[in-house]
Amino acid sequence: MSTISREEVAHLARLARLEVTDDELDAFAGQLDVILESMKALAEVDTDDVQPTSHAVPLVNVFREDLPQPSLSREAALAGGPDTAEDRFRVPRILDEEA
Amino acid sequence: MTKLNSYEQAVADYEPVLGLETHIELDTNTKMFCGCPTAFGAEPNTQVCPVCLALPGALPVANKAAIEATIKIGLALNCRIAEWTRFARKNYFYPDMPKNFQTSQYEEPLCEEGYVDVVVEGETYRVEIERVHLEEDTGKTLHVGGATGRIHGATESLVDYNRAGIPLVEIVTKPVPGTGALAPEVARAYTAELRDIVRSLGVSDVRMEQGSLRCDVNLSLNLPGEAWGTRTETKNVNSLRSVERAVRYEVRRQSALLDAGERIFQETRHFHEATGETSPGRSKEEATDYRYFPEPDLAVMEPSREWVEELRTSLPEPPRKRRERLQEAWSLADKEMQSVVNADAVDLIETTVAAGAAPAAAVKWWLGELSRRANETGDELGALAITPAQVAELQGMVDDGRLNDKLARQVIDGVLAGEGSPAEVAAKRGLEVVSDTGALETAVDEAIAANPAVAEKIRGGTHAAAGVLIGAVMKATKGQADAGTVRKIILDKLS
Repeated sequence: MSTISREEVAHLARLARLEVTDDELDAFAGQLDVILESMKALAEVDTDDVQPTSHAVPLVNVFREDLPQPSLSREAALAGGPDTAEDRFRVPRILDEEA
Repeated sequence: MTKLNSYEQAVADYEPVLGLETHIELDTNTKMFCGCPTAFGAEPNTQVCPVCLALPGALPVANKAAIEATIKIGLALNCRIAEWTRFARKNYFYPDMPKNFQTSQYEEPLCEEGYVDVVVEGETYRVEIERVHLEEDTGKTLHVGGATGRIHGATESLVDYNRAGIPLVEIVTKPVPGTGALAPEVARAYTAELRDIVRSLGVSDVRMEQGSLRCDVNLSLNLPGEAWGTRTETKNVNSLRSVERAVRYEVRRQSALLDAGERIFQETRHFHEATGETSPGRSKEEATDYRYFPEPDLAVMEPSREWVEELRTSLPEPPRKRRERLQEAWSLADKEMQSVVNADAVDLIETTVAAGAAPAAAVKWWLGELSRRANETGDELGALAITPAQVAELQGMVDDGRLNDKLARQVIDGVLAGEGSPAEVAAKRGLEVVSDTGALETAVDEAIAANPAVAEKIRGGTHAAAGVLIGAVMKATKGQADAGTVRKIILDKLS
């Protein structure tokens, strides 16, 4: 039985703002299933004495002092955006799907 | 038209449960994860760099001062400081963050399990703190093309990322039951206390009007003895008065819905300052929809116990202790001090006293005439266009006998209207007590001549009757005489 449903894939796609066709939904659900099944193999390992890890490098408390550094020029900052107006990044309408 | 119950009826039938989420922008020199400056009001997109713009390959490093400030806040709120804590990514698609996620904390906040005690109408309420965590603020969006500058109906938005990445501390309370009809006052008192605590730490300017302290108010209602109801979360509540009004409005609105047999939906609502109403916002995404996961680009934190204890010993006098000290110095009764606190006038009075006014006089002005003015316009006391130094100056003029109370109130009119300092207003408007005793004696003689029967009574020993003559003299001098002086002249002449 499949671990991930078609509906869940559609939900994830919506959260990630991806357009997915019906055929792709079926394909991804199947592929994600394989990945999740493979991950289950890890559940068989005895990890009782192992600390959960989120980082490969055992570094802690990496901080910087609160000293200002130069920012980018506005021209350089805005140059990376596809569209600008009034010294700001210009983005399409935000709430269109909920209107 | 939204149906509302009367507040009294609502709290007679239902029990409110409060919850407060407060965001506080820290006043560090630089952003949370990069060295960009954080000055308020800079030109758009001039305080941005590859890290806060999320350019490929840029790596964040946490600001030590922000971590310290958050630990201090946690300690001042009686929290436990985590021995192991880390950042997490909160994923969402909204252009206020160029990264498409906000760096925040999820399961391992820096501080947990604290409390704040607040006193309302003589009762102490303990507001328990669930967590204090550190995250980053978002950019500012300007919505263009809509009728009202609001997001609804806008055709496009313009984004300024100067604010994106400024350290932001989120303080979340546990649900607060048991406040009954005083829920609005408890919510306000908590917010004021939190603000005062953070201000005393010197880690934020906590100015609600500038958005460096922002409140979300959660509220649900339930019938006595039944399980808690579904809560709504009201955002955009940006003054102490609004916190109170938002709670009051939601109590009235939700109780009317429940009375009609309807359900309350868990939703985000927006508070409207002008009307004191709330309206529905976006439907709330489930927490799991944010797909939180540990931030791989930042190292985990293990605040050492030595560091935490060092920060604990550096904490200043808590506001509560400070208030006790000031209450004694000002010789105020508990009730009077409570009025001062409720009016948010502690700092104002302290500064007024420091500028030379006697405590009693400072209290009298701020709680009397000036509170009345603030109520009339619906402003916070501190937002009035008069400074504590000006109040002290005004009182100095009263002490010197240059102004009486009535004239002082007219001077306040002028100061609030932007006509200058009290001395300037008095000069411009010609407001000064008539100290020319010759002129006063003439006015008294005229008053006696015009009221022979009253004068006879005073001669006969009925000094209370002098009020009539004082009134006549005040009228003749357009209120610019000192009533005490006039009384003395009258009694001297008629005894």
